[in-house]
Amino acid sequence: MTALQVLFILSAAVILGSALMVVTVRNLIHAALWLIVTLFGVAVLYAMLNASFLALVQVVVYIGAIAILFIFAVMLTRKEMRDRGPQLNKTWWLAGIIGLLTFGGLAWLLNNWSGFWKTAGVIPAGADTMRDLGVALVSPNAYVLPFEVASVLLLAALIGAVYLAFNRK
Amino acid sequence: MTLWNNPTNFIADWLRGVFSGWGMAEGLAVILVTLIGIVVMASLVMLLDIFLVWVERKVVARFQDRLGPNRVGPFGLIQPFADIIKLIIKEDITPDGADKVVYNLAPLLSLMSVIILWAIIPLAPVIFGVDLNVGALYLIAAGAIGTLSIIMAGWSSNNKYALIGAFRQVAAMVSYEIPMVVALLIPTILAGTMGMKGIVDAQSIWFVILSPLGALIFLISAIAELGRTPFDLNEAESEIVAGFHIEYTGMKFGLFYAGELLHAFTFGTFLGILFFGGWNGPLPWGGQYPLIGALNVVIKGLFFYWVIMWIKYTLMRIRIDHMLAFNWKFLTPVAFVLLMVTALMDKLLAGTAPWIYGMGMFLANILVGWLALEAARAYARRQRLAKEALAQPATQAAHH
Repeated sequence: MTALQVLFILSAAVILGSALMVVTVRNLIHAALWLIVTLFGVAVLYAMLNASFLALVQVVVYIGAIAILFIFAVMLTRKEMRDRGPQLNKTWWLAGIIGLLTFGGLAWLLNNWSGFWKTAGVIPAGADTMRDLGVALVSPNAYVLPFEVASVLLLAALIGAVYLAFNRK
Repeated sequence: MTLWNNPTNFIADWLRGVFSGWGMAEGLAVILVTLIGIVVMASLVMLLDIFLVWVERKVVARFQDRLGPNRVGPFGLIQPFADIIKLIIKEDITPDGADKVVYNLAPLLSLMSVIILWAIIPLAPVIFGVDLNVGALYLIAAGAIGTLSIIMAGWSSNNKYALIGAFRQVAAMVSYEIPMVVALLIPTILAGTMGMKGIVDAQSIWFVILSPLGALIFLISAIAELGRTPFDLNEAESEIVAGFHIEYTGMKFGLFYAGELLHAFTFGTFLGILFFGGWNGPLPWGGQYPLIGALNVVIKGLFFYWVIMWIKYTLMRIRIDHMLAFNWKFLTPVAFVLLMVTALMDKLLAGTAPWIYGMGMFLANILVGWLALEAARAYARRQRLAKEALAQPATQAAHH
């Protein structure tokens, strides 16, 4: 087993364990903090795949913005930070089936995908992956359309937030 | 390769040789040498931090017309060690109802978020931790961990002042992150890379000349990120006692304090690297001799640390709504306009002589800054006239 595999197994165990903690701890702030551990573990996976840009964006966006907003929302809406009710409701078996089906479907799809069993390509020394990513995001025969559509979606969300918060005199 | 033109690699190679000589496997020796490098770098940074406590106290004393620490050792230099002994022997109090694990984790994360920044600081062309190709983004990511540590401290203390302080600080950090990201993109555009080493290499003309406004925006948002005056609403002692670290005693408080000082110095160093040529100047031959280069980086870091202190001890604290309005209504739009103008000018002036390129960039920056100030003045005048019109209707009616 190589060092990279050991690291992968460790970070995968951290991701799964903390994700389990997110849904089982009763203290909501603790759940949010465990979620941060999960997201950080995903950033570690990106870093191991040589996707340094994605790894850092994962930290900046998910930990720096989204998780902080979660914590704010929990603090501002709940008087009691502790969840006292039962942790499962009547339809838990339905959620379990849907979860299993989703996991099974994804596993089946990935198993049939030709790229799944390939080993990762070696990045030649001196290659500028950042520049390649940047060019791919704005070049017409690569990802410019999805990129722009996502931008418009975010702009719409921004305008919506401004409209909701706007104080009509 | 000698000790003088490549000191860190020279020592690392020598150490690897020693470990291999003991019969250690090659891979293990490399890992061990890397670990030693990390520990040495982090320890040096923290030793510097002890010295910064003395610098801060001495400088604030000068600004306030006092002498500062001058009893323990020459010029009071031993004072920080007396402070450390005091902090260590203080009673370690954990408040009732505090969330113990989170409470104890917060100061560690706070100092860690600063120390990890030193991994990407290039002290010289050959002395650096890693040359990440996403260095500018790494700076922001470390800031996100700092934000997290503050909200953890504020919430777990079980104290309403701590929580208010944390809310204020997080509001400031989340909003001032935007102009900071944009200000970091300006050296990225000028250098064509996000790596710190590449940015320094590209500065045949210092970027502060090509983009003085970008350097200013970076400095302002860095001060807000640090939570120092005029943006020190997180600890506003006249309102919320000490903000998010109100409940911390002894060395746990010490970690927050040390983290703040080191953060200020680190941002000073980044200002030197991003806009003031890094290891090139003020001493000559910074590029050839790594030790002189490292000295240059530290000199610039200390100078900008002094500038941040100068601002802190000169200005007053501003109100929270003013602080947020200044960011969202002034700084962020100016930063975005500057980013677009810089990108446009960079393409327009590509291939021209360096002095034309420099002049064009500089004038574009001055123009953007001047227009922004004019817009702010016109807005202030409109507000003032509207207020006067409300206050004066009776007297005006009497004149007619």
